[in-house]
Amino acid sequence: MDTQLLTYIFVGVSFALYIGIAIWSRASSTNEFYIAGKGVHPIANGMATAADWMSAASFISMAGLIAFLGKDGSVYLMGWTGGYVLLALLLAPYLRKFGQYTVPDFIGTRYYSHTARLVAVICLIFVSFTYVAGQMRGVGIVFSRFLEVDINLGVIIGMCIVFFYAVLGGMKGITYTQVAQYCVLIFAYLVPAIFISILMTGNPIPQLGFGDTLINTDIYLLDKLDKVTSELGFNAYTENTKSNMDIFCITAALMFGTAGLPHVIVRFFTVPKVSDARKSAGYALIFIAILYSTAPAVSAFARMNFIDSVQEVQYKEAPSWFKNWESIGLIAWKDKNNDQLIQYSSGNALEGIKPKFTNGTGSSGERLIINKPDITNSNEVYIDRDIMVLANPEIAQLPGWVIALVAAGALAAALSTAAGLLLVISASISHDLLKKTFMPQITEKQELFYARCSAAVAIFIAGLFGIYPPGFVAQVVAFAFGLAAATIFPALLMGIFYKRLNKEGAIAGMISGLLITSAYIVNFKFINAQMNSSDNWFLGISPEGFGFVGMIINFVVALVVSYFFSRPPDDVYQMVDKIRQP
Amino acid sequence: MSNNTLCLFKILNNYYSCNNKFMHNNYWRSNLKIVSILLAIWFLVSFGFGIIWSDFLDQFQIGGFKLGFWFAQQGSIYFFVLLIFIYIYLMNKLDKKYKDNTEK
Repeated sequence: MDTQLLTYIFVGVSFALYIGIAIWSRASSTNEFYIAGKGVHPIANGMATAADWMSAASFISMAGLIAFLGKDGSVYLMGWTGGYVLLALLLAPYLRKFGQYTVPDFIGTRYYSHTARLVAVICLIFVSFTYVAGQMRGVGIVFSRFLEVDINLGVIIGMCIVFFYAVLGGMKGITYTQVAQYCVLIFAYLVPAIFISILMTGNPIPQLGFGDTLINTDIYLLDKLDKVTSELGFNAYTENTKSNMDIFCITAALMFGTAGLPHVIVRFFTVPKVSDARKSAGYALIFIAILYSTAPAVSAFARMNFIDSVQEVQYKEAPSWFKNWESIGLIAWKDKNNDQLIQYSSGNALEGIKPKFTNGTGSSGERLIINKPDITNSNEVYIDRDIMVLANPEIAQLPGWVIALVAAGALAAALSTAAGLLLVISASISHDLLKKTFMPQITEKQELFYARCSAAVAIFIAGLFGIYPPGFVAQVVAFAFGLAAATIFPALLMGIFYKRLNKEGAIAGMISGLLITSAYIVNFKFINAQMNSSDNWFLGISPEGFGFVGMIINFVVALVVSYFFSRPPDDVYQMVDKIRQP
Repeated sequence: MSNNTLCLFKILNNYYSCNNKFMHNNYWRSNLKIVSILLAIWFLVSFGFGIIWSDFLDQFQIGGFKLGFWFAQQGSIYFFVLLIFIYIYLMNKLDKKYKDNTEK
C-alpha cells in the first residue's frame, strides 16, 4: 500500500475514534461542560493534560527548532517542562481547593472585583488566541503535505472535527478525546525515534542513543555532530550561541508562562480531590517528559541525517523527500556555483530568506526562485525548520506506515490543544463575562447554550488564523507564554501566598505586565523588526524572554500599589485561609 | 441550658478553634518549608546546572554527553518529574499527620 493511502486510513481511523468518544461522553450540564463534573481520574487527567499541553509546536516544530539551534534549543525543553513543578507546588492544589470553574473566577473572587475578573478575561483571551493561531498552521502543514489537499481545506476539516467534539462534549468530551489523542501522538512520536535510534546508534532507547556511539564506529554521535556543524560554519551543536542572560530569561518566561496558561490550569479543576490535583500534575509531567526527553534525541538524529543525505549530492539524485517538501515550498535550492550539487552550510541561502517560487524549473529540475541568492555565503539550501519532525521518517527511509502514523500524531497534537484552548475561551465568555458580569439572571441551560455558541465563534476565528497564519508556529506560541507569565501567573501566585494584596494592586500589576510585555514584543517583532538584535534589546533580553521581565514588573507594581490602598476585606482573608488548609 | 454549661461550652469552643488555628499555621509552615526546599532544587538543576554553570560542567563527560549539555536537554526534565513525586509523597504524609492530629 502506498504512503498516501495509509495516511488517509490512519488519519481517518483516528478521527472516527475521536468523534466516537465525543458522542459517548457528551456534556449535559455546565458542570460537565466546564470541568467534566470533577470526576476525572488523575491518570486520565494526566494524559489529557499532556495532550492538551503538547501542541503542534511541541510535536512538529520543537525538535526541528532544536535540530537547528543545538544547545540553545534547551530553553524549550527546560521551559516547557519546568513550569509543571511550579504548577504542582504553587498553584494546582490551591486552585482545586478553591473549586470554581475558571481562572478568572479565582481572580475575580480573590480580588473581590469585577474589574479584576474582566482584566483576567482579557489576558486569557489574548493568550489563548495567540496560542490557538499556532495550532492551526500546524494542521494546515500536515494536511497539505501528507493528504495533498489545499491548506485552507485542511484547516476547515480540522475545525469541523474540533467543533464537533468541543461544542458537543465540552470539557468531558474533550478530556476523554484527549486521552485517546495522547496515546496516538506519543506512539507516533516514539516509533520513528526508536527506529532511527537503532539505525544510527544501535541503541533502542533514543534518550540514551543520542549520547551513544554511531553504529559500527567508536565515535560519539554528538562529537561527530559538533565536528560536522563547525566545519559547515555553524556553531558547534552542543555549545550555546545566545548569552546566558537571554537563555535564562527565555527559560524563565516559558516556565512561568506554562504555569500561567489558563487551559493547563483549568485541567486541575476537573479532578475529584485536592490530593488528586497534585497527582495529576505529576502524571501529566511524566507523560510530557516521555516526549520531551525524546525530542532532543530526534533533533540530533535529524540534523545528522539531514546533512548526511543532502550534502554534496547531485540534485537529480536527491532523495524524494527533498523534492516533496520543495514542491510545497518548505525547502528550496539555488545552485549558486552551478555544479548541480547541493551544498548546505551556515547563512541564508536567499535574500529575503523565504523563497518565492516561479512556475518554471531549472536545468536540474529544481523549482526556480525569484529571490536573488545571498552571495555573502555559499549555502544553497533553504529549509523550513517546522518540517524536520515530519520529514525525519522519510529522511531515515522508514516504512510508509510510520510516516502515516506521524501525520496522524501531528494532527492529534494540534487538535487536542486547539480544543482545550477553545473551551477555555468559551468558558471565560459564557461564564465570566455573561453569567458572572453582564447577564447574571440567565439559567444554567441558557449559560450552556451561550458556552456552546461562544465555542463555535472561537472555532471560526481560530480557523481564520489558520487560513491567514501569522509567522512561525513556535514564535507565535512564545508570545502567548510571555503574556501568561507577565499577567496571569503573578496574580494567581500572590493571590494564594500574599493575603495583603488588594484589588488595586492586582489590577495595576496585571495591566502593567500586559502592556509592557506586549509593547516590547510588538515593537521588536512587528513595528521595528529590523531592530530585532541583541544590541537593541533591553539588557540583551530577546522578545521571547521578555515575559520574565514583565512578570517582575507585575510583582513590583502590584506590591507598591497595594501598599497605598486599604487591605482586602475579612472574607477574602478567610477564603485564602481556607484554600491553604488541606 | 444553664449559664454554667453555656460558659463551659464557650470556653471549650474557643480552645478548639484556637487549637485549630494553631494547627493550620503549623501545617502551612511545613508546607512552605517543603515547597521552598523543592523549588531550590528545581532552580539548581535547571537554571543552575543547565544554564549558569552549564559551560563549566561541560568539561565532564558521561558517555557521549557533556554534563552541562545533558542537564540542559535531559537531566533537568528527569529531576522535575522526581521533584513533583517527592512533593506528592511529602504532602500526603503531612495531610495525614494533620488529619490525625485534628481528629484526636
